Amino acid sequence: MSALRTSRVGARLALAATALTVTALALTGCGSSSSLEQPAATGGATGSSETITIGSQAYYSNEIIAEIYAQALEGAGFTVDRKFNIGQRDAIVPSLQNGTISLTPEYTGNLLQYFDKSTTATTTEDVYAALKKALPEGLSVLDQASATDQDSYNVTAAFAAQHNLKSIADLATVPNLVLGGAPELEQRPYGPTGLKDIYGVTVSFSATADTTVDELVAGGIQLADVYSADPSIKTKNLVTLEDPKGLFLASHVVPLVNSSFPADAADVINAVDAKLTPEGLIALNVESKVDQKSTKDIAASWLKANGLG
Amino acid sequence: MNLFVDAFAWIFSPDRLTGSLPLPEAIAQHLAFTFGSVLLAALIAVPAGWAIGHTGRGREFAVALSGAARAIPTLGLVVLLYLLVGVVYKSQAAVVAFVILAIPSILAGAYAGFEAIDRSTISAARAVGMTGRQILWKVEVPLGLPLLIGGIRSATLQVVATVTIATYVGLGGLGFYIIQGIQLRDTAQILGASLLVVALALVLDGVFALLQRIVVPPGVAGRSARPRAATRAATAS
Repeated sequence: MSALRTSRVGARLALAATALTVTALALTGCGSSSSLEQPAATGGATGSSETITIGSQAYYSNEIIAEIYAQALEGAGFTVDRKFNIGQRDAIVPSLQNGTISLTPEYTGNLLQYFDKSTTATTTEDVYAALKKALPEGLSVLDQASATDQDSYNVTAAFAAQHNLKSIADLATVPNLVLGGAPELEQRPYGPTGLKDIYGVTVSFSATADTTVDELVAGGIQLADVYSADPSIKTKNLVTLEDPKGLFLASHVVPLVNSSFPADAADVINAVDAKLTPEGLIALNVESKVDQKSTKDIAASWLKANGLG
Repeated sequence: MNLFVDAFAWIFSPDRLTGSLPLPEAIAQHLAFTFGSVLLAALIAVPAGWAIGHTGRGREFAVALSGAARAIPTLGLVVLLYLLVGVVYKSQAAVVAFVILAIPSILAGAYAGFEAIDRSTISAARAVGMTGRQILWKVEVPLGLPLLIGGIRSATLQVVATVTIATYVGLGGLGFYIIQGIQLRDTAQILGASLLVVALALVLDGVFALLQRIVVPPGVAGRSARPRAATRAATAS
């Protein structure tokens, strides 16, 4: 028992150390942010000798996908420069537009909402088609993967059993629901307003931020917005409620590139996306969050296992 | 300039009274975290600082400790404590982090206030027959008060600005609007909430500046020759 406790405290300390490191990295990132404003490198090189700069969000799962792209391109003979952990979409899209990076893993639904706030597309194909139309001049997307990492509403297994919940619609009869999530969820179309308008579910909102899953397990909230590829859905035994009326936008992994991205490299990336499945993405996240493996090792073993390494 | 107009429009919009976190509630949370943390820090740091200043012992230790405490990144500490104590005690975790942030300034103010008193004043107090306890309460504490209030003042400013990060662990405060605004790319909201934090800081700073003037003992006030004035104040009592 005490050994178990000690190991849990150890794991928490390790997590805390990671949090501190991430903070430090984020600060370092801020310090070098001026590099984002540099104009595009205008190398005269052509084809595979040109350096492809890959950017990633400050989100561990996004970085894993970026590393997979990087190693796949290196395997195909391209020279790759990694600019990982850049920040959020607000920082990444401009750096694609000014040519600081030329490729970044994105998510179709969230990216569409970034460019078109009033979009009504929700299904996989509609979102992808609408995204292609909404992209500004100079940016384009390659093939989308079947892997998704999108917002989803989750309850604990016990709560689902108690109220016999399968879909979001079943929540309509449950009183005193508190929805927890990132602060911005309050204002999102799929937040409290969408729940009320589309499913007739009334909730109050609590901005639980990074503590969302812990709060759900502790009972501080009853409904939690968790990314569908988050390993804690499995490790904490959560139940993801079905969304039959399409409250959430489908959000598949998709490579976002600018016009300097070489066409022959697109085939390499599309081959990767063809193998990137929803279960595969969760497994990658588990390797990082639960098994604490390095991004490089995770990417290398995934490419090997899928015959791309 | 338009941005500031938008920010003020955001602050005074009637929408601020509704929603999951009405603005007055956010300000109340923000102030509660600030005052609670500074009060707890003062309960620890003032007696400790006075003890150091009165006895002259442990100063090096206090300087080293508070110097080290200043180097701790508060956001990292909040996350670390949150992970250690769990979600049920997350407010306590945040308060502990803010208390650690506030202690160095208050501690320094408390012992520096005593150290700034001219030694001859203390000798004079002893010469007229004051006991150690009387010297502490009748000479050192009143004369050290302005510097102590100065320490509490800077601690309060640091904490009121830092409480914005409480929202990272879901504790509300004005940081909620800033973090939400960043994700929503709503610059009016980000600026509006930031201006409110600045306003809170300025108001608190003004209150403490006033307090700092009020607590100067009558015998000392308005005198530039501090040692002489201090002696008079001490002997007068």
